[in-house]
Amino acid sequence: MNAIYVLWLRQLKRYFRSKTRIIGSLGQPLLFLVALGFGFGPIYAKAGGGDYIQFLAPGIIAMSILFTATFSGIEVLWDRQFGFLKEILVAPVSRLHIMIGKTLGSATVAVIQGVIVFFMSLIFGFRPTDIVLLPLALVYMGLIAIIFTALGTTIASLIDDTQGFQLIMSFLIMPIFFLSGALFPMQSLPKAVAVISSMNPLTYGVDGLRGVLINGAHFGLVTDFTVLIVIATGIMVIGAYLFSRMQA
Amino acid sequence: MGRGNNVESGNNEIISVSDLTKAFNGFLAVNDISFTVKSGEIFAFLGPNGAGKSTTIKMLTTLLRPTSGKISMNGHDPMISPHEVRQNFGIVFQDPSLDEDLTAYENMEYHGILYKVSKDTRRQRIKELLNIVELWDRKDDFVKLFSGGMKRRLEIARGLLHHPNILFLDEPTLGLDPQTRNLIWNYIRELNRTKGVTVFFTTHYMEEAERVAQRIAIIDHGRIVVQGTLDELKKNTNTASLEDAFIALTGRDIREEESSDLDRMRRHMKFFRGHGR
Repeated sequence: MNAIYVLWLRQLKRYFRSKTRIIGSLGQPLLFLVALGFGFGPIYAKAGGGDYIQFLAPGIIAMSILFTATFSGIEVLWDRQFGFLKEILVAPVSRLHIMIGKTLGSATVAVIQGVIVFFMSLIFGFRPTDIVLLPLALVYMGLIAIIFTALGTTIASLIDDTQGFQLIMSFLIMPIFFLSGALFPMQSLPKAVAVISSMNPLTYGVDGLRGVLINGAHFGLVTDFTVLIVIATGIMVIGAYLFSRMQA
Repeated sequence: MGRGNNVESGNNEIISVSDLTKAFNGFLAVNDISFTVKSGEIFAFLGPNGAGKSTTIKMLTTLLRPTSGKISMNGHDPMISPHEVRQNFGIVFQDPSLDEDLTAYENMEYHGILYKVSKDTRRQRIKELLNIVELWDRKDDFVKLFSGGMKRRLEIARGLLHHPNILFLDEPTLGLDPQTRNLIWNYIRELNRTKGVTVFFTTHYMEEAERVAQRIAIIDHGRIVVQGTLDELKKNTNTASLEDAFIALTGRDIREEESSDLDRMRRHMKFFRGHGR
């Protein structure tokens, strides 16, 4: 238990000590809110969709969590490069606990990032429909964060150079983001796209967030939650196994 | 943590290695070696650069899977029960393993927590050890601001924070001044004497090995060329000092730096294997 806490704390300290990282990672969501929100807003309204910012904001929150969470896997590679990974690998701590501690740490960071983007979207005119449901939004943010942190860590434990990691990440993250319903509604999608989207974990995260924030879930909050929790558990277990196979 | 009482009954060998081999793509870094270390002993593992010292230590400490052979660490096999093995040892690595974005104190504190050292003992030992390595004044500075020597000292202090059954020291005192080396070895010998900690170390300072080691093994080109007490080594080689014995056994040619080359080669191999499919 203590080991989990210490690994969690380490991730948080590293995050708060790196101001450039915090500010740098807000650039992209900001750009998406401005460019897409204001760019597509009028067309979306004309097509009868209503206020696009309302629709878009949960998607952008999910996006910022997706990026922060998955790229946190790169910390495993840094730890390998700077040698700290050895210190972790020889510690008498179960590999599952290491995985849980690291994942929760990076996931917490990603959720903080998501909350900042949430407040940012308020400036652009986003208004959640029910303030009482806001704490529930944290649950869905947390699940998105855990899934993609674990995914990033898992991939990082399979490869050992940062360039390779970044390449795989951009090949993986971009489709996950664009085919998640973050930018467009799931209704009336062509069959093929709908099928692919329904196999994408982020789809359920975005949907859950939308359900909580603007009462607009497509699959329903319970379905979203169930799918997310199953995937999160699965990836954590796989990640812990692969982590235990790591050599230094 | 228990000490000598953990050892299998009637057998006081805490480390036992037989026919251990590690090949990296056909290159035999460690070639069929066998040796034992007795419980409570200070054991020196010597050899020129690239001889296979660090590779052997990595296999003993669960960081590397052997190609073949058998290891027993206080009765546990690193391949079968790595967790039990990890509960038995502590290690000071040859190359850096600190978190540079944390302070010196945080590095110590987190290590103590990972190894379940109780809070009071932890606080007290951190202060004592940081004083020994003369870093107590700098305890709240980030490690990335430290010089190479300071990092090395912190690394050693951290490795001594918990008191394991077996302590691995991979060239612990490289680049340290004689005063610090002396203080650190006094601390280690005290641990060995009062707590029965078995010490397994490598070094390039022959006089260091001569002074502290009870038994010595010399490895070269992945093979153990000799093992025994200092007197046995000197007698076998008909030499007057360990340094002379070492050179008589391993020759005079200078070896390439080990970790860099070997590691680079391994990285490349992994890279090609990973991408070649």
